[in-house]
Amino acid sequence: MYNPEIETMDREEIASLQLERLKATVKRCEEKVPFYRKKLRDAGVSWKDIKALDDVEKLPFTTKSDLRDNYPFGMFAVPTRDIVRIHASSGTTGQPTVVGYTARDIDVWSELMARSIVVGMGEKTDIIQVAYGYGLFTGGLGFHYGVERLGASAIPISGGNTKRQIRVMVDLGTTILCCTPSYALFMAETAAEMGVDFKQLKLKSGIFGAEPWSDQMRDKVERLLNLSAFDIYGLSEVMGPGVSIECEQKKGLHIFEDAFLAEIINPESGKRLAVGEQGELVFTTLNKEGLPLLRYRTRDITSLDDTPCECGRTHVRMRRVRGRTDDMLIIRGVNVFPSQIESVLMEIEGVSPHYQLIVDREAGLDILEVQVEVSEEMFSDRIQGLEEWQDVIRGEIQSYLGIGVKVILVEPRSLARSEGKAVRVVDNREV
Amino acid sequence: MTVKQVSVFLENKSGRLLDMTRRLGESGVNVRAMCVADTSEFGVVRLIADDPEKARDVLREHGFIVKETNVIAVEVEDRPGGLSEIIKPLVGQEMNIEYLYCFLEKSGKNAVVIIRVDEAEQGIGALKVAGFRVIPEEELYSM
Repeated sequence: MYNPEIETMDREEIASLQLERLKATVKRCEEKVPFYRKKLRDAGVSWKDIKALDDVEKLPFTTKSDLRDNYPFGMFAVPTRDIVRIHASSGTTGQPTVVGYTARDIDVWSELMARSIVVGMGEKTDIIQVAYGYGLFTGGLGFHYGVERLGASAIPISGGNTKRQIRVMVDLGTTILCCTPSYALFMAETAAEMGVDFKQLKLKSGIFGAEPWSDQMRDKVERLLNLSAFDIYGLSEVMGPGVSIECEQKKGLHIFEDAFLAEIINPESGKRLAVGEQGELVFTTLNKEGLPLLRYRTRDITSLDDTPCECGRTHVRMRRVRGRTDDMLIIRGVNVFPSQIESVLMEIEGVSPHYQLIVDREAGLDILEVQVEVSEEMFSDRIQGLEEWQDVIRGEIQSYLGIGVKVILVEPRSLARSEGKAVRVVDNREV
Repeated sequence: MTVKQVSVFLENKSGRLLDMTRRLGESGVNVRAMCVADTSEFGVVRLIADDPEKARDVLREHGFIVKETNVIAVEVEDRPGGLSEIIKPLVGQEMNIEYLYCFLEKSGKNAVVIIRVDEAEQGIGALKVAGFRVIPEEELYSM
């Protein structure tokens, strides 16, 4: 462990540390951020009302659109003089949002990333290939600072140029790979084309995140890249990667509770849910200076688990994110997460893990089309052979989701490959 | 005595057939015969090339999904009724013909029929017994 004192802290001690930091954060927001001052006044609550951790429930929520409305620096709690780094979210779902860090924020983030990398089997002697994008995206630099804090060797290769990624892995003897899980699979394909066998490489683990992925996809990544795959979670608004990570037990991701207070709410009513119940994950930052956030709604769907973990860490675990409230599709009234379809595809032997969902509405009826790339194993010179595959895939998805879908086989590589986050859903419905 | 057919998966999208044939042409592969089977979403192209291995490698290199299939090539006289005569011995053996397609020999006297059945060797036996000439690989590729 990188910081055993904090990582194995008694749960009561964690709670009192959280309460102390929560009060300070609310006070900070009230005093330094006009947006929060007004919002707290409207809600009739002040930092002085925070007497127990559960009092967090009295605080108003913060949403992505609050950050957009106050673009670019309106929610910062310090003048830009004190900001040493600015990142921006990709803006794939709308106008970009900007986040700022003080020198101390970067310091805290680096420590949390160093802890995360150690959880993901990292040591000082490791050579760590950071294939997350460097730049405005928090992935690249977030990992980079963590690797340096730990004292391991960072290869700041960033995303893209996949053949070079493989060559670097071979030549420099990379031991830990960090990138999105879909990019890891893409690397596996490229390596196979280049005749590179992962069994001959020194990779021992991979720290993958920035998009939801299923356990089946993990099995595939682990098998194809011959490494142990860890799921890391984070979001730029709250900090970036390193908000939580899976330990070797792989039974949920430990949230670094000295820095973040997590809650689960019902996304519709906003009501707080009990530990173990599934709902939307909400974070309050506990020691951020530049951009403190109160009850930030992540739109990620998960549940919390505060039972003791065999790894010895005491921090609460969140179940792997199964989807987002905003990428959840409602097809004829049924909630569908792309990750569910992914799990089904991964379960069928021989089926390629590359898929895309196209949603359309014909005569008032939602149509879900699942495009799956044909693999060599599936291909047959007989049309009937291919149609049988379509039937198998359709049957499996239908029995899992309980709704009818259309399955279309497409040529490999015809589905948009992204070196960052995979584009899984195209919704053509005009609602 | 079977011959190698190269089967290719194509999406039903404009330009895919052109792309495939262009790749083959550029690498000097000559296509002897071709047949396309399709549904509304995808198609399977089956082709007989002068160099099946090269055809397979070239297409695979360019990202196509390719498979080699063993099929029967049999010579038949180019006249009315010729085709039904070769089907008869196969049906007699209760063999299921997946598909077949034909092309004319350069002499113009005979046609070559490409037949896909599950049990190719059994099919070849039946055709030979019925007096047909099954064309060996080398001869077919250099036709």
